[in-house]
Amino acid sequence: MMTSKEIQDILNNHDPKFIEDLAQKSRLLTQQYFGRTITLYAPLYLSNFCSSYCTYCGFHSHHRIERFKLTGEEMRKEMKFVADQGIENILLLTGESYKITPLSYLKEAVGIAKNYFPNIALEVHPMEEDEYRELFEYGVDGITVYQETYDRGRYKEVHISGIKSDYDFRYGTPERAAQAGIRTISMGILLGLADPAQDLFSLYEHLRFMEKNYPGVEYSVSFPRLKSIKGKDFAICDINDIDFIKIICLTRTLFPRVGINLSTRESAKLRDHALELGITRMSAGSNTSVGGYTLKNAEEQNPQFDIADHRSVKEVIQILKARNFDPVFTDWRRIENKVN
Amino acid sequence: MSITQTKISDTIQDTPLNIAGKSFTNRFLLGTGKFKNKTELAESIVASQTQIVTVALRRIDLERHEENILEYIPKDVTLLINTSGARNAQEALRIARLARESGCGNWIKIEVINDSKYLLPDNNETIKATAMLVADGFVVFPYMYPDLYAARELVKAGAATVMPLGSLIGSNKGLKAKEFIKILIEEIDLPIIVDAGIGTPSQAAEAMEMGADAVLANTAVATAGHPAGLAKAFSLAIEAGRLAFLSKLPPQKDIADASSPLTGFLYE
Repeated sequence: MMTSKEIQDILNNHDPKFIEDLAQKSRLLTQQYFGRTITLYAPLYLSNFCSSYCTYCGFHSHHRIERFKLTGEEMRKEMKFVADQGIENILLLTGESYKITPLSYLKEAVGIAKNYFPNIALEVHPMEEDEYRELFEYGVDGITVYQETYDRGRYKEVHISGIKSDYDFRYGTPERAAQAGIRTISMGILLGLADPAQDLFSLYEHLRFMEKNYPGVEYSVSFPRLKSIKGKDFAICDINDIDFIKIICLTRTLFPRVGINLSTRESAKLRDHALELGITRMSAGSNTSVGGYTLKNAEEQNPQFDIADHRSVKEVIQILKARNFDPVFTDWRRIENKVN
Repeated sequence: MSITQTKISDTIQDTPLNIAGKSFTNRFLLGTGKFKNKTELAESIVASQTQIVTVALRRIDLERHEENILEYIPKDVTLLINTSGARNAQEALRIARLARESGCGNWIKIEVINDSKYLLPDNNETIKATAMLVADGFVVFPYMYPDLYAARELVKAGAATVMPLGSLIGSNKGLKAKEFIKILIEEIDLPIIVDAGIGTPSQAAEAMEMGADAVLANTAVATAGHPAGLAKAFSLAIEAGRLAFLSKLPPQKDIADASSPLTGFLYE
């Protein structure tokens, strides 16, 4: 595995020829292992209640926004809307509130989602292994949990209170999910929080640890760049597009078979180009507010972060096809999940 | 009819490949993943005249008409559903049953893979899955790591064929496991279909020359500049390799062997 110094050297190398070579290598590997296919998914926010205070997040506990969580009926309405757009892989999200969105609430949401989506992943508060096992057996196939930053000092600075301030509990989350039988795990760092070379190095180590110890899991990674929320800058991300693309390509060359996600945080232009460089999964037609698809108008919405690519699912499909990519809607058929 | 089905001389005439009561004159099997669009897949099927294609159930969009891959596979082509995504025998069985319930037939290629980095098949679980699926009425094509003991267990479990990997899936590295596949060809009486890692028609021909019964390719075709052209090239190479095998290739030697031995005169 690369050292953090070697990663730093790559990030510091601004020679266009070097970057082009890295991109070519990344593209070749991606096409060899994934073909020209892109898996589509969408996020669906169930609740914005949160007991953690994370300085960079639109949902944090000290932020005075209207808090609400979807009822079963509202979930059905939101899910039907997303499914009708053609989305079959759903990522259900909440803020981190064990009290307001406990396991029973998540199970209710999963139970409803099973009627609309063949593949269900959760991005919610970290849980214990037995809770993940319960969710897996109930129909959850994927867990998304980002460490945000692997720099313990910085982690403490930006995760001021709440369960998320426990670095080690969060670090162990992918492992607990894997032990519970979860099929797909998405890991990542929030670019803009700490030194990117050091964070990348630690993410790669974490991912290698997971690959070696839980080889049956399909892994993917994400590199969200910190964004403004309703136009207000919570933190400034100094990772420019060139460095961002280098991070994607470097990750691909080190992990040829690992999925790389790209959300609508990024602009349409960047996403369209990144397709060729190593991305394998994209969200489309996304809304990052609770009830944002059907229940709240734009003024009423409190997004977790601002979206840059506002194209509909249909438009993204058209773009993919025009660029000679096969959009993959379903990459899993639900079977009864049992821990053997 | 393929050239190997045509009588070339009194001593060379092929018989079709028989699997579970079905006969196939074409010995090229095509995988359907990684194509950049479904039209190129359809063209590759037609160009290669393949008679068996494998499709991952996880990629069949049952709810969606225009994106449903099955719409692009001609009805006279035999569908071989694979259990991609299964991590153990139980999951392979559930996927196979779901495939059958969804109207995809009962021919199943078992892929039990519990390693997302190398995608190597788990022979132990594959043997278990084979026994379970056969007992449940499926025609089973197990994808396996070429190990003689495992292959014998697959025979006992009732497999219809054995599908040893040539090299890692998608690697295009060819017959890295050649010596071990040879042993399977020698010792296992079921059809041996070389699967995975076959990146060029010449590699496919090599597998056929040594006596494999058929070859499956996917990545090489799907990611080629002109998939249909390469699909046809695979089909032709497989036929050439088959004909070479039937013609009993002379052995390779490490030293020169003159065609007119110096001592020939002694026996005149």
